[in-house]
Amino acid sequence: MAKRYDVIIIGGGHNGLVTAAYLARAGKQVLVLERRPRVGGAAVTEEIFPGFKFSMFSYVVSLLRPEIIRDLDLPRHGLHILPLESTVTPMENGDYLAAWSDHDDTRRELYRHSPRDAEAYDEYGRLMHFMAQAVKPILGMVPPDPTSFAPGDLAALLRLGKHFRGLGAERLHALVKLMTMSSADFLDEWFETDVLKATKSASGIIGTFLGPRSPGTAYVLLHHYMGELDGVFRAWGFAKGGTGAVSESIASAARAFGAEIRCDAGVTKVLVRGERATGVVLEDGTEIPASTVVSSLDPRRTFLQLVDARHLPSEFVADITRFKFRGSSGKVNIALAGLPTFTCMPDGAGGKLHRGAVSISPSMEYVERAYDDAKYGEFSRRPYMDIVFPSVIDPGMAPPGKHVMSIFVQYAPYRLNGGWTDAKREAFGDAVVNTVESFAPGFKSLILHRQVITPVDIERITGLSEGNIFAGELALQQLFFLRPAPGWAKFATPLRGYYQAGSGTHPGGGIMGASGRLAALRILKDSA
Amino acid sequence: MSLRNTPFHARTGPLSEGQAWRRWAGYVVASSYELSHEREYHAIRNAAALFDVSPLYKYLVSGRDAARLLDHVVTRNVGKAKVGQVLYTPWCDGEGKQIDDGTISVLDERTFRMTAADPTLRWLYLNSSGLEVSIEDVSERTAALSLQGPSSREILQIAAQRDLAGLKYFRHTSAQIRGIPVTISRTGYTGDLGFEVWVDAAHAVPLWDALMEAGTPYGITPAGMLALDVARIEAGLLLIEVDYFSSRHALIESQKSSPLELGLGWTVATDKERYNGQAALEAERRRGPSWQFTGLAVDWDSLEQLYAAVGLPPRVPSQAWRVSVPVFDPGGRQVGYATSGGWSPLLKQYMALVHLESSSASPGTQLRMEITVEHRRKQATARVTPLPFFNPGRKRA
Repeated sequence: MAKRYDVIIIGGGHNGLVTAAYLARAGKQVLVLERRPRVGGAAVTEEIFPGFKFSMFSYVVSLLRPEIIRDLDLPRHGLHILPLESTVTPMENGDYLAAWSDHDDTRRELYRHSPRDAEAYDEYGRLMHFMAQAVKPILGMVPPDPTSFAPGDLAALLRLGKHFRGLGAERLHALVKLMTMSSADFLDEWFETDVLKATKSASGIIGTFLGPRSPGTAYVLLHHYMGELDGVFRAWGFAKGGTGAVSESIASAARAFGAEIRCDAGVTKVLVRGERATGVVLEDGTEIPASTVVSSLDPRRTFLQLVDARHLPSEFVADITRFKFRGSSGKVNIALAGLPTFTCMPDGAGGKLHRGAVSISPSMEYVERAYDDAKYGEFSRRPYMDIVFPSVIDPGMAPPGKHVMSIFVQYAPYRLNGGWTDAKREAFGDAVVNTVESFAPGFKSLILHRQVITPVDIERITGLSEGNIFAGELALQQLFFLRPAPGWAKFATPLRGYYQAGSGTHPGGGIMGASGRLAALRILKDSA
Repeated sequence: MSLRNTPFHARTGPLSEGQAWRRWAGYVVASSYELSHEREYHAIRNAAALFDVSPLYKYLVSGRDAARLLDHVVTRNVGKAKVGQVLYTPWCDGEGKQIDDGTISVLDERTFRMTAADPTLRWLYLNSSGLEVSIEDVSERTAALSLQGPSSREILQIAAQRDLAGLKYFRHTSAQIRGIPVTISRTGYTGDLGFEVWVDAAHAVPLWDALMEAGTPYGITPAGMLALDVARIEAGLLLIEVDYFSSRHALIESQKSSPLELGLGWTVATDKERYNGQAALEAERRRGPSWQFTGLAVDWDSLEQLYAAVGLPPRVPSQAWRVSVPVFDPGGRQVGYATSGGWSPLLKQYMALVHLESSSASPGTQLRMEITVEHRRKQATARVTPLPFFNPGRKRA
């Protein structure tokens, strides 16, 4: 008979690890089971090409909840977040738009494009700051069920109502706009510079199968604005050692609290006895019993694969079946012999260009057309890209003088016409590389190695269904008390003793850890 | 990417002995040219100090409805102002909370130059809907020098080769200095006799040279922001983001102020048509503002005693400070806060600019201001003093 655990956590992604750390901290006997040889899920660092380390999937950190960093003392476990300070958008006419870390520099740069936008930018920033502040408390709360009359739900709804009333009319109106508009329409209300709107709107489409003109994308804009580091909103950073180092630091904290983490240990089934989860079955057939089982996988795997549908209410199964994944992004990781030179800024602004992000979003039309390709089942011929050079900020990522380049690419639809093949993957990689080459001639000659990741690869390697990077689209109908299904947004599931903790639950998305933490708190409350 | 130099940098750069620069609206300007700002301060009150004030935001507002636009934006009555006049004025949001303050020069019936501490282009545009007006940001192409002090008029008269006795306080005139067309306004930020000279940025350096040459026999002294800060506190002139927050930057309601709360009630016109914040300001005037902005003079004897208690002679700050310092009534209740303060070398007085609840703000009221003496928080007695602390007759004469 195997050792008995209080809690088994399926999946050693960052959320699963956060759940494990919090539960172990509370004195539970915790076992994390990870299918791959290393923890991290989509937040992993791997040496894909000798000497070159890549944050293979997720590549920047911003939303990691500050309370998790404090509670788990992550800096002591190796977490070091380095600032990512600027964004440069090369334009097709050879010009560029830059947002620098210094306010005066940014203002002067925007002024070059539009004096009015230079001022609107500050006001927009202030509004988004308020909006982020308004939405922030929601990220840390268990979503109440608006249809429930349970005292806990009513109290939470009341608090929420008060919170929104306290925002004041002006901000409440802005919030409603953000919740309903497309990012393009929302940005049109603020700015006249096309390239500025294009670059801003890009953060409204990340991880969704929507274009900048699709309603609802304004909220995703805000979701990305909520990035917060050291109490500063809109701060994005690199984890030293890549995003895998974030996972490793959480794993280290979890182990320090007494959690056991086992890799190469894929779970095939959740054991159910007497309509209650009683343990798991590993790929090799081993059964491990536990009083509580937590899945940090996405909702489809959690409910449709690990558990037999007959243990779940059929309406719930139908809801989960309808839950949208629609992976739309890919990733190209490149080992470079040197840094590419962009036509728009040959001197790289004295090194600042490569220390920040390069956004390939030269115009609204460009981004919308990239979506058009995807809408009809093709990858974007000229895709939106978010490019960073992690080795410039963290030299340990590549051999001296050499560099790693991370290209987040959208759109690459999971359901490609005719399906993804090796040839299609390489064609997609070529489209990415050729597009970069058009803004940075000579780039191709610097490439030592390239790794092209399609949504199908994301699904195959990390297990994220349809390769959706948020474990389910960040669409309004799939958020808060609707994530992943109405009535089941509070980390419990219809199966007793079975909990959900991944990004497919509220609040979802990004290396945030909030889902994992809230799930742990819920489990502790239920077991108290 | 670095901060920008002003058009005078070819001259001001080499003058800087300690490379002490400060940011101002995306530019660098001298904190002080010499290692101490003391002599620069005394030049303001004793001879003439020359300041580079080019970073100010400047807008040219022109067209048939230019006065209408400005009248809608600011609280002073622009329509009534005459050509040649300069108005100091705040402007407010719809709730009567102050956004910024600056000046408006009436260049002709249809042309106005507006100065502002913050970028204001978008705000002017937002208010110009339906009006026939053109708004031009001339911040970069207009350079400006401020010549302040008792000798400033004589120096300018020599440089411009004309009599300026007729140029009254807050008036401006066109002139030529060594063939360079300039506008001279009798304005400044020191509360002294003084002028500001506006010039096309291309002529900046020759203008500097002309003024320095004409002024050398009179003790003209290039001066930086540290000296200016002392003088503006003596003059009771408030500074945005220091003494008040722009309502557009405030994060919470209590960070906002109305002109009536900032001692600028005199700038809020009662004789003009609708303008931003009018209803709120009129209502506030009727019920009386809850806050007052005024001076506070720290009692020397009290200061001396606090230091004597730890065995030290009294100390005064060597530079003006810009932090929030609590102010209490004699019973120990906090009734306000100081936002700027410092030692006046001229008046030999420790002065502060304070926001006080109206009930504690009448001149002469005895209060206490927090002073840190040898790492410990103490309270020195202080007296409410009307602004300005220093108001020489030559300012308007």
